[in-house]
Amino acid sequence: MAPLGDIIRRDRLAHPQAFTPAYKTSVLRSPRRALVSVEPGPGENTGPIFKANILAPLDNDLIRNYAKDGEAVGERIIVHGKVLDETGRPVRNTLLEVWQANAGGRYRHHNDSYLAALDPNFGGAGRCMTDDDGNYFFRTIRPGPYPWRNNGSDWRPAHIHFSLFGDAFVQRLVSQLYFEGDPLIHLCPILGTLPDDAARQRLVAKLDMGNSVPFDALAYRFDIVLRGRRQTFFETQPEGL
Amino acid sequence: MPIEYLKETPSQTGGPYVHIGLLPAAAGLATRTQEQQHILTGAGERIRLTGIVMDGSGHPVRDALLEIWQADAEGRHNAGGFLGWGRGAADPVTGEWMFETIRPGQVPWRDGRPQAPHVSLLIFARGINIHLHTRLYLPDDAAALEADPVLRSIEQVGRRATLVAERTDAADVPTYRLVIQLQGEDETVFFDM
Repeated sequence: MAPLGDIIRRDRLAHPQAFTPAYKTSVLRSPRRALVSVEPGPGENTGPIFKANILAPLDNDLIRNYAKDGEAVGERIIVHGKVLDETGRPVRNTLLEVWQANAGGRYRHHNDSYLAALDPNFGGAGRCMTDDDGNYFFRTIRPGPYPWRNNGSDWRPAHIHFSLFGDAFVQRLVSQLYFEGDPLIHLCPILGTLPDDAARQRLVAKLDMGNSVPFDALAYRFDIVLRGRRQTFFETQPEGL
Repeated sequence: MPIEYLKETPSQTGGPYVHIGLLPAAAGLATRTQEQQHILTGAGERIRLTGIVMDGSGHPVRDALLEIWQADAEGRHNAGGFLGWGRGAADPVTGEWMFETIRPGQVPWRDGRPQAPHVSLLIFARGINIHLHTRLYLPDDAAALEADPVLRSIEQVGRRATLVAERTDAADVPTYRLVIQLQGEDETVFFDM
């Protein structure tokens, strides 16, 4: 079997730095020494392969997957898009996991004590896999903004957390999706950890009226890019041999 | 101008409620409660990996979520039906985490040299803006550790030990423990790979 091409190095300047004091929790949780740079090996150029049979039928429908006696309350939305790698290739059959607060900004988590009410019909967890063209979609309600203790009471813009694998362990990505036009985006210390507005814009989903479902749900489009893989035109002679 | 590639989507912290999406039962959700993602099943010797993540003030990171990725007993990835991947949460009170898995074999490095048996480890938590990537090495074979090409790429020789677990066989299976220090004198080595 031909060796897999290396995953292309990560452009760390396009990501947040570890130490970002305006986001206070990062102060004690940020390594202070430089990361040690090493080329990826066989265990970095590969990653776990999840089978579609781990998914339950409602895993990608957060409006119904925790329903007890009705559907989740809130603005019904469909989020969809394409997962590509940096070279533009679709990332096929990869697991996408999402989690979020309910329409009132409350998480179903034992550590969340925000006064907004829980929705008995909303859990806030979903997952799906990309298809053969890298496309994904899930249905949910738009999460509410909520306050958190940072510089006094800061407010998080509405956001959906997401997690992706790709097909190499070093393509792993966990991030957050925001919504076009949310005025809290520019006030958020966590979005403020990003290096510039271009990076922030890459996390903003765009309203997609064409794919909205009449009298049912608005659609938002959100494309995701994972690290690319180098082609193996010529193999470097192994070092030391 | 050089060729432009698409830009990787930037990372954001997994946040304090990361469990909802990645380990829903640990968040308190009555969903996917049958999942045991911290247990990896496959052919080979059963071992247990334990540890704790400490912040810069010496307190455990009790909301940490960890993932491991490893070879099978023969040193192969994605072979023989072994998933090779696991996910676990720190205990919300003590911060201790634990995986049950099989002893990984030796995986050849890029140039064919053997790597010492190890698992790759990712850490996600509130306050961690982009997940941290490290390794947990098994301590049993000192010569293999000495020759490991990735450990040898760590210039400060004394820092290599931050990746080597301690054998603490208190249970009925070989058990290893790694204390991960996010900051300080003994800051764990984190990789950019």
